[in-house]
Order: sequence, then structure tokens, then C-alpha cells
Amino acid sequence: MSSTAATLHRQLGLTDEEFERILAVLGREPSRAELAMFSLMWSEHCSYKSSKVHLRRLPSQGARVLQGPGENAGVVDLGDGLAAVFKIESHNHPSFVEPFQGAATGVGGIIRDILAMGARPAASLNSLRFGDPAEPLQRRLVEGVVAGIGHYGNCVGVATVGGEVVFDPCYAGNPLVNALTIGFMPADRRLSGSAERPGDLAVLMGAKTGRDGIGGASVLASASFEEGDEAKRPNVQVGDPFQEKLLIEACLELAERGLLRGLQDLGAAGISCAVAEVAARAGMGMEVDLDAVPLREPSMEAWEVLVSESQERMLALVDPARLADVLEVCQRWGILASVLGEMTAGGSVRVRFRGEVVAEVPAASLADDGPVYDRPLVPPGPPAADAAEVPLDGDPAEAVLALAADPTCASKRWVWEQYDRFVGHGTVAGPGCDAAVLRVPGSERAVALATDGNGRYAALDPAAGAALAVAEAARNVACTGAQPIAVTNCLNFASPERPEVMGAFAAAVDGMAAACRALGLPVTGGNVSFYNESSGRPIHPTPIVGVLGLLEDATAAVPAGFPRPGLDVWLLGETRVELGGSVWQRLATGRLEGHPPALDLPAEARLHALLADLAARRLLAGAHDLSDGGLALALVEATLTAGVGATVTLPDVLADGLPAGRATLAALVGESASRVLLATPPEAAETLAAAAAGAGVPITRLGATGGDRLIVPGVLDLPLSRLRDAYEGALPRALGELA
Amino acid sequence: MKVGVVTFPGSCDDRDARAAVAAMGGDPVALWHGDGDLRGVDAVVLPGGFSYGDYLRCGAIARFSPVMGAVAGFARDGGPVLGICNGFQVLCEAGLLPGALLRNAGLRFVCREVEVVVESTDTAWTGACTAGESLAIPVKHGEGRYVCDDPAALAAAGQVVFRYASGHNPNGSMADIAGVRNPAGNVVGLMPHPEHAVDPLLGPVGGRGLFESVLAARV
Repeated sequence: MSSTAATLHRQLGLTDEEFERILAVLGREPSRAELAMFSLMWSEHCSYKSSKVHLRRLPSQGARVLQGPGENAGVVDLGDGLAAVFKIESHNHPSFVEPFQGAATGVGGIIRDILAMGARPAASLNSLRFGDPAEPLQRRLVEGVVAGIGHYGNCVGVATVGGEVVFDPCYAGNPLVNALTIGFMPADRRLSGSAERPGDLAVLMGAKTGRDGIGGASVLASASFEEGDEAKRPNVQVGDPFQEKLLIEACLELAERGLLRGLQDLGAAGISCAVAEVAARAGMGMEVDLDAVPLREPSMEAWEVLVSESQERMLALVDPARLADVLEVCQRWGILASVLGEMTAGGSVRVRFRGEVVAEVPAASLADDGPVYDRPLVPPGPPAADAAEVPLDGDPAEAVLALAADPTCASKRWVWEQYDRFVGHGTVAGPGCDAAVLRVPGSERAVALATDGNGRYAALDPAAGAALAVAEAARNVACTGAQPIAVTNCLNFASPERPEVMGAFAAAVDGMAAACRALGLPVTGGNVSFYNESSGRPIHPTPIVGVLGLLEDATAAVPAGFPRPGLDVWLLGETRVELGGSVWQRLATGRLEGHPPALDLPAEARLHALLADLAARRLLAGAHDLSDGGLALALVEATLTAGVGATVTLPDVLADGLPAGRATLAALVGESASRVLLATPPEAAETLAAAAAGAGVPITRLGATGGDRLIVPGVLDLPLSRLRDAYEGALPRALGELA
Repeated sequence: MKVGVVTFPGSCDDRDARAAVAAMGGDPVALWHGDGDLRGVDAVVLPGGFSYGDYLRCGAIARFSPVMGAVAGFARDGGPVLGICNGFQVLCEAGLLPGALLRNAGLRFVCREVEVVVESTDTAWTGACTAGESLAIPVKHGEGRYVCDDPAALAAAGQVVFRYASGHNPNGSMADIAGVRNPAGNVVGLMPHPEHAVDPLLGPVGGRGLFESVLAARV
């Protein structure tokens, strides 16, 4: 083996201490190939070395959890022998360097994670963060990311059914692209990224391996951005959704016919990671023959083949007696397949290339025994005293219109009309609703899925922000009538080498853990994305939460908003003067200060239980969660859903000594948590009030639906056409496509 | 009645089309692009998706697949053939339908529920519809702008089957044309997706009429 230049490890992103550790593991100098493998596998992106000690505090157990963190994706029992596989992952840095391909391959990667568990990928949601959409650079990012997500998802036939898009200057130099995919399968078909016994063959399936994406996980994903990082464009992978579509169908046929012992996707760190993880999970080793890898460029060196992040590849673990069948299936679907390796007893991964052994390392040292850092942290201080100076004396109608026309609050139709939301004949509710509702194939059931995460709240108070994200995503799911059952998370933070960032991270994990425990939600997997900062400017801490809910009867799903005239409008929950971190605070003052809304977790849990109960009794004609933009935006969205107006009074604001003039706007624009708008038939009024009282959930009748205006007597009277123009036109206007 | 649904590599809506056929009381049969055998089906659906990746012109490669030889013969013999979205593009490329489908006028992929008006009921796929009837069916495509040499002549020949309702043309198609037929009326292509519009749980059901038509023809 060749000796390595002493400083190469630094170029590959390894510290001197980590290099010493590699010397200790091997008892000698690493080869070029080994050093490349360690640099990727021990990168922040692959090893979670800075987050591991904290993530252990998240609850991951539950009666429905069939697979928690540690596999390619979490698996949740849906009953009747069916299971859902779901996970969210980030592709932030690639999407900044090359928006279209970065976002597209992010979607492709999370789809392969779901596939690796044996499930058919069914639908995706995306949580996106950009700077001001009116700026040319941001416009290019928005257009590229949205087109990339649409291109990939549309071409592989996986519906894109929801998510959120938020604009804030803190993301201008580091957008966030978090992609969540869910798949379904019979629970007994669950696969593992593992092998069963020595002699099992590792079959590399799919695309040829090229020089794209080399160092993607280490150089790109595990370091901060500086000026001039366009040079990192070659580190971004290039996607081929057609190849992925063939790979999906071939893998599913193999899984359905029972031809697989295990299945693993190739993502970050490519062959190195797939081989090391499979071997480590199986407690075995592997003899790897790199000459079996179909190459795009024959001049590639061993280390490049090992760490290339070329897309659309999977590793199938196969009983040698079934190899011919496996190869036949791959041939019929028109994808390449070759025997990359053979499982061996003992724990060593030995890699041969052109007649030489180029690497020989313990699998566990790559996959499990990487460095773990308990980095220094500074706990976040208490939020500054609440901001009393937010103007609350303006014209309420103007305030409602301003909120409706804010790009973060406004309709995202411009985005989701570029996504196929229909394919898979399962989309009961799609984008623009509180949560996506998907019929579970082969059953009467449905699942509901929502993503949420408010960086402004988390910037003020990371623990509260993370807890509010869990509560809001779960509330969105509960609004459909579903019972929230599991969580996946994507924790987007700046550099873990800054103690204040680590402090915020640790606090966010604690806040998330507390909320998940209180709401009975295990975290089945997810992703941590650090180094989200650009030229020293960190993003807000942005914990994104995806919540999965279960509806026993898909036909009981509650529509979003006000579906027809003649319904009573109710508000569940209490309204306080809560403006810290709100959209209104940003619009009216341009500042970010104070406390985020208070969160009473037991009250939130009672609210979810009540919604599930009311939905199961078919008492709800429509429901809508209150979040960004408070009651004002909720009323705008609820009335525009079906173009049905409403006449409502405002709820009392629980505050002492608030002048009447200010109470009106406080009720409209405040963002108190744990609130939901309901639309119900008038004859349900008594039953509804009794159910709410029994559940301990405050309820107020606000008014009734009907007409084509939003009317608050004595306060505002707006035609829906005006609201629609503000709400639907805002994003196209910001992007310069509408005058 | 056996309705074959072709799976090309890259077809995305083949499973949806089979499910729609089954939901409407037909007997769906999966057909494979590499087979020249239609397995005795009574009708054929070419589904939506991105056949062979559509990296060349949409449908330009699919027309050369073995199954398309069989479909062409089946169509010549009067067999009912429906091309949906990518299937419509394939039928135009294969010369079984007039015209072509170009990049949307807005240059973006568009996924939207639209209204289409039935213009011709003299086809295998619209016999159970009413002329002038408006159907709510989703579209989802990046290359669905229909063009042909003479849309007025096509309409005069009765070959315009569907038009987008006023204000609903999502792609700049000539004369709002959403779907056309061959002179005999057994081959129909359209950009909207009737297979996504048969189940009331999932939205509007404007697609049911197309499946009812073909299933009624030979019961």
C-alpha cells in the first residue's frame, strides 16, 4: 500500500486528531483509498459525530415503531399487516451550489432510502427556506429548486403532495431544501440494509459510477460556505430520474418475489458507506471487487470509485442460489447489475482493484466507531422581555391584506402547480391543505403528513421553537381527523464548532423530546444538517418536523377550510397577546424579539384527541389550523379554499388592561398556539360544545359561513376577490411574474 | 372486458390506469413494451409518464417499441386505443393521431384541475358522454401544447374530441384542443388524465365517462 502525504487528510476534511485515530485503528498509515473512505464516513454528514450525544435524548420507542433510527428509514405499523416507511433529509448545500440538480438529487436520495426498506415510495413533501424572493439570486434559487424537485418527482412517478416554503433574509446565503418521502408496504416485507450469512452476494444495481459528487458529504455538506464556493459545483451529483424509476421497479419486483436478503441505497460516501454499513449491521466483513463496478470514466482511481456519489445506485444482498433470478430481473428492467462483493465471516472490508488490495479496514471502524464529539456549548440565554412595541392600532383590513400578501404566508400555488400531486391514485388531500392525506394502498385507511418548523421562534428560544414545530405539525395532521403517531426530523443548524450553535442545538433537541413525549410521538429517524452558514452569517436554528398521522377510515378525512355556506364557524383554544417572532412583528417592525407563543403541551394533546373524536363522529365539515399570521391568515385561507365567505366576531383576548382598540388587532394577528378553526353543521352545535367541554378544550362560536366576503362586523369587510388577489398574487409578484 | 395498459420503461401512470379500469368494472391487463403480443385484450391504454426517459422528443423512442407495432395493427383493425398524456404523445409520434405536442407556452410543468368540453361523442372512448358536456379532469405535463396544420379542418372533420373550457387552457394549445381522434374514431388521445378522475374520494370524477364508454361498447 502506498504511503499518504501527511497533509492530505486535512484537504479531505479530517482533523489531525482524527487522522491519529485512523493510524491507531489500522496500526499503520492508511492507503489513499482508505483515507478517502475514512474522510467520508467520519464526516459530520455521515457520522453525526457532533449530534449523536444529543440525539439519544429523543424518544424513539413506541408500540407502532417497527424500525427506529439506525436503518435507511423508520418504519411504522399501520395495522392490518401494513406499514409506512418515512424519513426527511436535507440537501441544503448542493441546492445552493447547483439549485436544480441539488434539489433533484435530494429527492432522489430520500426516495432510495424508502425503497431500501422494501416499500414503494408513494409521496413526498418538501420544506424549503430562501431569502427574499424579490432578489435576483433568490429568484434563481427558488426557480431552480422548485423545478428540480418537480422534474425528479414527476419523472419517477412519486407524487409531491405538500410541505412549506418560508422566506427570510437569514437563508439568503444558505437555503434549506429538506425532502420527506413516505412509502407503503406489507409489514412482513420489511428489508434491512444487512446480509444474512457469509457467502451472501452484494449486487451493485443501477447507474454507472462516475466522478460526480466526489466529496459531497465531506467537503460540501460538512463545511460552511465562503465566498467563491461556486468552485464546489463538481461536488454536486447529477440526477437521472429515468434510471431511478427503473431502479425502483426492479427493486420492488425483487422484494415482492422474495429474492433479497437485504437492500441498501448508495448515497453519501457511495460504495464506501453502503459496504461499511451493510457489513457492520450484519456483523460481518466483505470482499469487494471494484473491477466489477461499471465506470463512466475508465481512468477513475480506486479511491474515486469508492467515494463517488453517482446517483441511482442500490446494493442488493442476495443468496448466491438466487443470483441468476436477480440478474434476470435487472436485465428485464434495463439496469446494470454486477456482483460487487461477497459477505465474509470476521469484520473486515477488503477492497481489490486491478489486482491489488487497495483497502482493508474493519467495517465497524468506518460505520460505528467514528469520533463522537461532545462539543462545548453555551446554553441559550432567556429570551429578551416581550416586545410591547408592536403596533396594534392600524386598520385591521389593511393588516389582513398585508398578511395575505406576505410571500411566507401567501399561497404557494406557483410552487406546487409544478409538481404532480396525482400519480399513485392515493392523494385524498394535497398541497394547500393543513396536511396531505394519502390513502394507504390495499386498505380503507389513510395517513396524514405535515412538515413544519418556525426558524423565527427557534431563534428566540430554540427549545420552545422545536416544541412548537412538533405541536404545529401534529396539529396540522390532527386537523384532518388523523391521530398523530410518529415523527421524523431534520435539524438545520449553523456550525457545531460554535458553542452558541451547539447550545441552541442541544436546547432544540430537549424541546423536541419534551413535545414528542407529551404528544406520544416517537422519532423514527431523520437527519442533522450542520454548517448552514455563509461567510460567517448563520441561519436561524431551523428544526423541521414531519409528523405522520393515521386515519382508520379514509372517507372520514376532514377537508381543509370552509367547504360550503351555512356552516357554523368555531374557534378551539385560547387567544392571548402573543406577537414575539410573529409574522406581524416582522411586517410591522422589521424586528425579531420577545418570547415565541407559549405552549401548553397537555392542552395541545387534548386538542388533538378532541379533533380525532369529532372527525370519527363525522361532526366536522372543515377544519384549519392557526399558525403563521394567526386568526387573520387562517380566515383568509379557510374562506379562499372553496370561495365561501364568512361573517365572524373576534375571540376575546386573554389580557389584562389591553385597550379595546388594540385587542382587535391582537386577536387577528397574534400567533397563540393550540388553536383550530372549525366549520360544522348548525345542528351539531350542542354536541360539539359538549364534546369540547368534556375534553377540556376552550371553544368559542365565531359566526357562520356564507356569501363572498370576509366580514368582521364593525372591524372589516373584504370581498374574497380582493383577498384572493393578495393571497394568490403575492408570490408570482415577488418573483416578478405578475405586475 | 379486458383493457390492456402498456408499461414502457418510465411509464408512471400505468398502475393508476389499471386501477381506474378495475374501479370502472373492467378487467385490466398489464402489457409490456418489449412484447409484440397484446394478450387478447379488447382495448388498449397508453398511459402517462416519461417513456424511455423522454430525453429525446416525448414519445419519439416509444413509437419504435415492439408493443407499438402490435398496437398499430390493433388500431388499424378498429380496436379502441386511448393515449393519455405521454400516451397521446406516443400516438402522435407513431402517426396514429394527427398533430404534435410541444413545450407548454408557460415553459413550466403544469399540474392543475381543468374543465374540458366534450366535442365529439362519435368515438370508442366518448360514446357514453354528451356533446357539450364539461368534465373536470386534471392535467399534469410540461409538453402538452397541441399543434396541427389546420385546427379548423380537424374540427370540421369531427376529429377534435375535447377542448379546454374557456379560461382553462393550461399550455397554449391551438384552438384550446385537449384531445383528438383518428378519422375512424377508435383511436383517441388527450393530455388530461381521466385515470386520475374516477374515484370521488380523490377529487372530481370527470374521467369516468371515458372508461364507461369503452366498457359499454362491448359488454
